[in-house]
Amino acid sequence: MFSEAAKKELQEIRLRYPNARAALLPALYVAQREFGWLSPDAYETVSDLLGVPKAIARGVGTFYAMYKHKPAGRNIVQLCTNVSCMILGAERLVDFLKNKYGLEPGGTTQDERFSLVIMECIGACGTAPAMLVNDDFYENLTENYIEEILQRYK
Amino acid sequence: MEKILLKNIENPNSTDINEYIKAGGYTSLPKAIGMVPKDVTEEVKKAGLRGRGGAGFPVAMKWTFASADPKFPKYLLCNADEGEPGTFKDRPILEKNPHLLIEGMAISGHALSAEYGYIYLRGEYPAAKHILEKAISQAYDKGFLGDNIAGKGVKFHLAVHQGAGAYICGEETALIESLEGDKGQPRIKPPFPVNVGVFAKPTVVNNVETLSNLPYLIAVGGEAYSKIGSPDCPGPKIYCVSGHVEKPGVYELPMGTILRDIIYTHCGGIKGGRKLKAVIPGGISTPVLPPDKIDCPMDFVNMPKHGSMLGSGAVIVMDETVCLVKVCYRALRFFEHESCGKCTPCREGTGWLRKILGRIEKGEGMDGDIDLLLSISGNMLGKTFCPLGDGAASVVQNFIKHFRPEFEDHIRSKTCTVAG
Repeated sequence: MFSEAAKKELQEIRLRYPNARAALLPALYVAQREFGWLSPDAYETVSDLLGVPKAIARGVGTFYAMYKHKPAGRNIVQLCTNVSCMILGAERLVDFLKNKYGLEPGGTTQDERFSLVIMECIGACGTAPAMLVNDDFYENLTENYIEEILQRYK
Repeated sequence: MEKILLKNIENPNSTDINEYIKAGGYTSLPKAIGMVPKDVTEEVKKAGLRGRGGAGFPVAMKWTFASADPKFPKYLLCNADEGEPGTFKDRPILEKNPHLLIEGMAISGHALSAEYGYIYLRGEYPAAKHILEKAISQAYDKGFLGDNIAGKGVKFHLAVHQGAGAYICGEETALIESLEGDKGQPRIKPPFPVNVGVFAKPTVVNNVETLSNLPYLIAVGGEAYSKIGSPDCPGPKIYCVSGHVEKPGVYELPMGTILRDIIYTHCGGIKGGRKLKAVIPGGISTPVLPPDKIDCPMDFVNMPKHGSMLGSGAVIVMDETVCLVKVCYRALRFFEHESCGKCTPCREGTGWLRKILGRIEKGEGMDGDIDLLLSISGNMLGKTFCPLGDGAASVVQNFIKHFRPEFEDHIRSKTCTVAG
């Protein structure tokens, strides 16, 4: 179930659109925040609150890369490896995360502190290589800098 | 050239409405509202403004089609789904100059008699979401959005709609599907969005940079605006340069600046004095150019004459240490991941191209693989539902066209002799 605050937030979101279906993407974001990932319960709650069939909600949700369909770590490391980042060393950073933290692309550390998602361009090409940790941008990455950044996330 | 789109972004409080007003902002909106809508469109036509999202479609023409449709309400959508690899030109506007975009959208809303607008913002820009929402709320408080803009009874409402990580939603009909709460799969055209767009109503989709040109364009008038940049394609352009240059970043320059000057004059040349090997001039989907083909004016009209496209103006510079087979493989891994799966040539073709490039890259390429790549990509070109598949096919064809010996060498040597 959604918290009362989340229900209220969803009602406000709903008012921005002429129909309930258009509120589906933002509703899935709210659900992901509330449940931690888009579990079957999360889909059921969104479906009931918006009056959108469950199969449609799930079909739409699974199309998009930023909705999570398994439990994730407390912090999401989103590292770009597309061309501009790749030619400036992003692959070395993927190896570093694997060797230093046991963090594989698509995987989560054993202590559930970090999950790693490989991104397809995050619009920070001029300061490559770059990543997002949760909602925070980090640019001009090196192995040492990543180590320093990740210490801030518990 | 004075900064128009990136004006005041060094000001740490540039996102605040009072700072924007202090720098002369929100004066073009009342001016536009004082004009009849079709006169606003006429100024845009005189200016020769073309869409900055990649296709370069004349803005006034799109607006005229939507205005001519009798259905109401009409919608204005801002395409802020900046996802073309190499592109980071809209991000500084969204994060540092949000009121420029909001004012541009309100001006466009008036020209179109559109009462509702949405900014379709990519999910990967979470900071921009908070900045835009705060800026929108400030604009409502000051009466620049709402039911009675500038006290003239003009109505325009604006909200942010956050995407969720799908490159294809930058295609305008996929964007519309996504805004309606569906998978981002492109629609067949016609009907065009200007007639049957979001919620089945006339809809204009314009890029962030395009809309951000409007406050200045209205302030100086279409004719004065048309004197900036290329005569064929006027206005300022944000070029975003990444890769092996001394000073990568965003550069606001007159449209039509020569690619070589962007790299060597503005960006300080190739990093560490190394040799240039290849340039992708307009985002990963645009044809790659070898070093002897970069004396081309970077605009929508001239780039096709020089064998490439302006695209998003995202210049990716690669020096002699880069393995181009690997770059081509990485590009196809991207296209395969982002293909929406709706049409067969793209869904299957991107996967096969990626697999063959992958084996060449790993040193397991076979004789005939290059011809196979050309044959598969040739079967995709012009046969896919939307430009994503064409982009993927043309990337492969152009890398082979200009750098075939490197692909051959990979197959023959069973290893990479460039990057090891």
